[in-house]
Amino acid sequence: MNLSPLHLCLLFSSALFCVGLIGALSRGNSILVLLGVELMLNAGNINLIAFWRFGPAPAEGTGVLFVLFAIAIAAAEAAVGLALVIAVHRHQRNIRLQEANHLRG
Amino acid sequence: MRVPAHLLWLIPALPLLAAGIGAFAPRTARRTTAGSAIAAMAISFLLSCGALVTALRDPAVHAVHNFAWFDLGHGALRLGWLLDPLTALMGVMVTLVGLLIFIFSAGYMAEDANFKQFFCFLSLFGAAMLGLLVANSLLLLFICWELVGLASYLLIGFWFHQPSAAAAAKKAFITTRIGDLGLLVGLLWLYDATGSLLFFDGGEGVLEAGPLAALSAQTTVGGLAVSTAIGLLIFCGAAGKSGQFPLHVWLPDAMEGPTPVSALIHAATMVAAGVFLIARVYPLLAADLTLPSAPLHALSVVATIGAITALLGAVIAVGQNDIKRILAFSTVSQLGYMMLALGVGSWVTAIFHLLTHAFFKALLFLGAGSVIHAAHHEQDIRRLGGLRAPLRVTFATFAVGMMALAGVPFLFSGFWSKEAILHAAHGWSVSQLPFAAGLIAVVLTAFYTTRLVAEVFLGTPRGEGAARAQESPAVMTVPLVLLAVCAALLGFIGTPWWPWLQRTLDPTFATEPGGFGLMAVSIVLVATGLGAGWALYARIPRSSAGEADPVERRAPRLFAALADRLGFDELYAATVGRLNAWTAAFADALDRRVWDGTVRLLAGLGLFTGQVTRETDENLINGGFDAASGGLRSGGRAYSRGQSGDTHSYLRYIAIGFTLIALAVLLGVRR
Amino acid sequence: MSRLPLLSLLVFLPWFGAAALALLPRLSEAAHRRFALAASLSTLAVALALLRGFDPARTAPQFVEKHAWIGALNVNYHLGLDGLSLILVLLTGLVAPAALGASFRSGEFRGFAAFFLTLQGAALGVFLALDFFHWFIFWELSLIPAYFLIKIWGGPGATRAAYQFVIYTIGGSAFLLLGFASLFSAAGTFDFQQLAQLGADGSLARKLGGDGSWWLQAVFLGVLLGLAVKVPLWPFHTWLPPAYAEAPTGASMFLTAVMSKMGVYGFLRILWPIFPRELQAAAPWLMVLALGGVLLGAWGAMRQTDLKRMVAYSSVNHLSYCLLALFAVAHASGKSGAFSEAATAALSGTLLQMFNHGLSAAALFFCVGVLEERSGNRRGVDDFGGVRTVAPLFAALTGVAMFSSLGLPGLNGFVGEFLIFRGVFGLAPWAAAIAALGLLATAIFLLTFWQRVFHGPVVGATPGFKDLTLAEAVPLLPATALMVILGVYPQLLAGLINPLVTAWAGQLTPP
Repeated sequence: MNLSPLHLCLLFSSALFCVGLIGALSRGNSILVLLGVELMLNAGNINLIAFWRFGPAPAEGTGVLFVLFAIAIAAAEAAVGLALVIAVHRHQRNIRLQEANHLRG
Repeated sequence: MRVPAHLLWLIPALPLLAAGIGAFAPRTARRTTAGSAIAAMAISFLLSCGALVTALRDPAVHAVHNFAWFDLGHGALRLGWLLDPLTALMGVMVTLVGLLIFIFSAGYMAEDANFKQFFCFLSLFGAAMLGLLVANSLLLLFICWELVGLASYLLIGFWFHQPSAAAAAKKAFITTRIGDLGLLVGLLWLYDATGSLLFFDGGEGVLEAGPLAALSAQTTVGGLAVSTAIGLLIFCGAAGKSGQFPLHVWLPDAMEGPTPVSALIHAATMVAAGVFLIARVYPLLAADLTLPSAPLHALSVVATIGAITALLGAVIAVGQNDIKRILAFSTVSQLGYMMLALGVGSWVTAIFHLLTHAFFKALLFLGAGSVIHAAHHEQDIRRLGGLRAPLRVTFATFAVGMMALAGVPFLFSGFWSKEAILHAAHGWSVSQLPFAAGLIAVVLTAFYTTRLVAEVFLGTPRGEGAARAQESPAVMTVPLVLLAVCAALLGFIGTPWWPWLQRTLDPTFATEPGGFGLMAVSIVLVATGLGAGWALYARIPRSSAGEADPVERRAPRLFAALADRLGFDELYAATVGRLNAWTAAFADALDRRVWDGTVRLLAGLGLFTGQVTRETDENLINGGFDAASGGLRSGGRAYSRGQSGDTHSYLRYIAIGFTLIALAVLLGVRR
Repeated sequence: MSRLPLLSLLVFLPWFGAAALALLPRLSEAAHRRFALAASLSTLAVALALLRGFDPARTAPQFVEKHAWIGALNVNYHLGLDGLSLILVLLTGLVAPAALGASFRSGEFRGFAAFFLTLQGAALGVFLALDFFHWFIFWELSLIPAYFLIKIWGGPGATRAAYQFVIYTIGGSAFLLLGFASLFSAAGTFDFQQLAQLGADGSLARKLGGDGSWWLQAVFLGVLLGLAVKVPLWPFHTWLPPAYAEAPTGASMFLTAVMSKMGVYGFLRILWPIFPRELQAAAPWLMVLALGGVLLGAWGAMRQTDLKRMVAYSSVNHLSYCLLALFAVAHASGKSGAFSEAATAALSGTLLQMFNHGLSAAALFFCVGVLEERSGNRRGVDDFGGVRTVAPLFAALTGVAMFSSLGLPGLNGFVGEFLIFRGVFGLAPWAAAIAALGLLATAIFLLTFWQRVFHGPVVGATPGFKDLTLAEAVPLLPATALMVILGVYPQLLAGLINPLVTAWAGQLTPP
């Protein structure tokens, strides 16, 4: 089986994504779920980098720019997420996701 | 002293003034009211005498003074005063009898708490009665006519705390008002037909030749002359007031009033007003006599009713036990005589009898009052008796009155006036039945008067009150004596040998020679009645109150029927009374069921429409919106069920969804 | 020369008083009474001023005030006063203060007086307005205070009675309004005088489709119905007994004395002049209805056990006489000669009867009110007995009112009734003969009332009954005095109206 570096990168990012997904779906602790989400985001970032590096125009910095944006957004998101977690903690003295269902319909 | 027509108003005005004084004086002002009433009546008496003197200067003249009452259309409604011998004689009689009875009342009513009111009402009565006499207008006469009815009502019901007195007063007012309706309609008809209600008005008055000829020339329903119809309607009023059959039922009940009232109003004056009225409008009733082919003459009806009443009253009087009721039925009977005289065409003898009757009946009633007063308000003749000794003056005067009423010959006024009536009835060309009725009533009258005197004065006292009887004070006996003198002597103004009264009233009056055979017949009849009464009642006087009446022993059922007044009251209660109650019930039911029912039905329809609209709104229109919004809500509820709040499941859905989308894209790309 | 607008003053002074009472701060009860009485008496004062300047010989409206109001609809503010208006204004001026005085002890007097004065002003407006537009405003405006007076101050059944009263009357008024709307669309004016002119020469009928057209008939019937309910004409009278019976004494007095006259006034001022031919055609039927009111009203009264209902029924009876006379005249219009005399008598009788009934019925309601007040709201005919024994003054005053009501000669009631009978007899003898039975029935029920309540032994609510003090009798004394004065000297009133009714009778032109 002849695997190009791009394929290897994509396999890696897929594995990372699956790890993040499983983490996000299976853990009850909101912070760990956030961690899982971050992992999935980063899997996406790796894909962006990989497609840029092995794509048709690696000279232009488009992939890096995308990823930088994504990282910045992920950082902001993580900040908001953590703030929410703190707020939830204040409200119900724990951060288990299963119990944070006050907004259900 | 002369009192011309334009001053006649003073005669009724003075008692009216006294009534006003009585009305506004305090309750304790007994002397003031009684004094002013008596003084006013005395002055009115003098004025009436002056009027009589004036009228006698030329008896054929009707002196009038007419004046406008109020504006009506282009002219005015006019009233007036009338002075002629009829007015003047009646005026003298009313004021004289009234004066004596006023004086008597001052003694009789001395202990009554409402003494002041009594004299106020008496004066009111005097004013109205005198106004009635001097009226030159049927309307003014009608006004005074109703006012004497009011006074009668007030005085019958004077002891209004007794239910019987209150009921009798009402009965009197209503019964006479039934007759008055006829009078009112007759008056309206007369007014409409002639345009005037003045009796005498310089050729335009309703009793003058021109209008009378016009009235008798027209005919109305049933071929009656208009004058006949109007005359009969007016007679309805007279029949009500004068207690003629079939409206006589109120008069005996009116005896619930104080005895002076019975004497003045229900014997001497007011009940005679009907006779006066017919005498006054006599030309109107007689107008149809010029029409021999007329189906009915008004005067024939008057004669018939008068004869029936004369007989009926005398018959019922035989079976009464109350001293005042005997006299009341006797009054009914005597008024019947007067109507009989009017009907047979001899109005002057009717007035003659009216005058003599006024004095002797007032005398009898005041005598009865004296007896009642002396016997401590005992009125039942079965419990009186033996009063001859303690009540000497009363007995003597009462006996005079009784003989005048019975028609004892020669010395007593009743004999002459009754004789004149019988004479006139005998000469009536239409029928001799009224004459026969008159003759029978003569016997009965003599009989019941004897019974009355025998039961009250002879024998021994049979009751508590009679045993302790004492003669009444002079204030009561002096009027009795004066009245007795009049009752005895008054007849001489109208004897066949010197018919002064008749000629004064009617200058064309002519005495027919003969009639002495008739006089002999009636003397025999009077003697028969007196003898029968003597044999039954005086020969062996009743010994105890419980003992049956001699007539009762011989004919118990007849006597019971008489004592029950032949059942007229029951008959009227069963017919007129029931009809009245039924009409009232009908009117009420009509309102409650039909008209109110219709209104309710309409209201119900409105409510029903409202209900329908509301149902439409609520179910159809609102229902649609409700269903739509309900669907929205339940849909939302179903959706929100997925909104579990469980982040994991959200993520799971996202993952599954994403996977599905990715698969779809991939597969789509492949294709 | 600038003259005071007396007629406007007449209407607006009571309203001013009502507004002042309602809006100004609460004062003492005594001050309220004085103020309200003064506002009510203003009518009498102005009426007397009018009487001084009034010229009976002129039959046209006097003291006329006419100002353009709503140009688009040709509506004018138009007030005027003739003999008919004048006696009704005088009646209002006499009865209203008495009725207010009789209500001094009612609770919440300030509100009562405010409503009462509003009612008084509205009634006066009806008698003076010569333009349908504001006439109708006054007409309807009188209902509202009457409703509240009955509902708030009335007896136990008052809510229902007030409701029925207002709905029934407004129901009638709706037809009246419709009728006038179509009149306006045809004639283009609301002015009574102009409409009467058009009605007299027949052009109004032509504009509405010609004589006998159903539209004309419908308009006539609409106006007739609106007025008939108000009078009330039998059988539209069933609202009246409960309303009069449940209303407080003062309101009953005013309703029977003044408000019932508004209907008769409408017949005389509106229906008859504007629809002479239609009224003539309908008159035989209407006379039957009026006779129904005369007879069945009187006999209906006989069955009443509630004294106020009984007096209310007697009002039905008395007002039916007025209508009977009017219908008889309308029926005979066009005939000349002796009919014109009879018509004059009938119309004079109607006007006098309106005034006299106002006095005597108000007095009777006052007396029943006294009985009611002193017995703890009992007014059954069997609740009393022997009142005359304990209260002679009260009995005497009631007796005068009662005998006035049953038409005893020498008191005021007789003159009007006599003239009505005289006129009706000349125009329709059978009707007069039948109506005379009503006099008998009236005597029967009034004397029965008198016998049961005033005579006999002292029983029921009577023991402890206090006689009227002179101060309490004050509202009744002027009416009682007038009953006697007008009975003896009717010229006082007859002189005011005679030229007017003579002119009316003279205008009965051939059809």
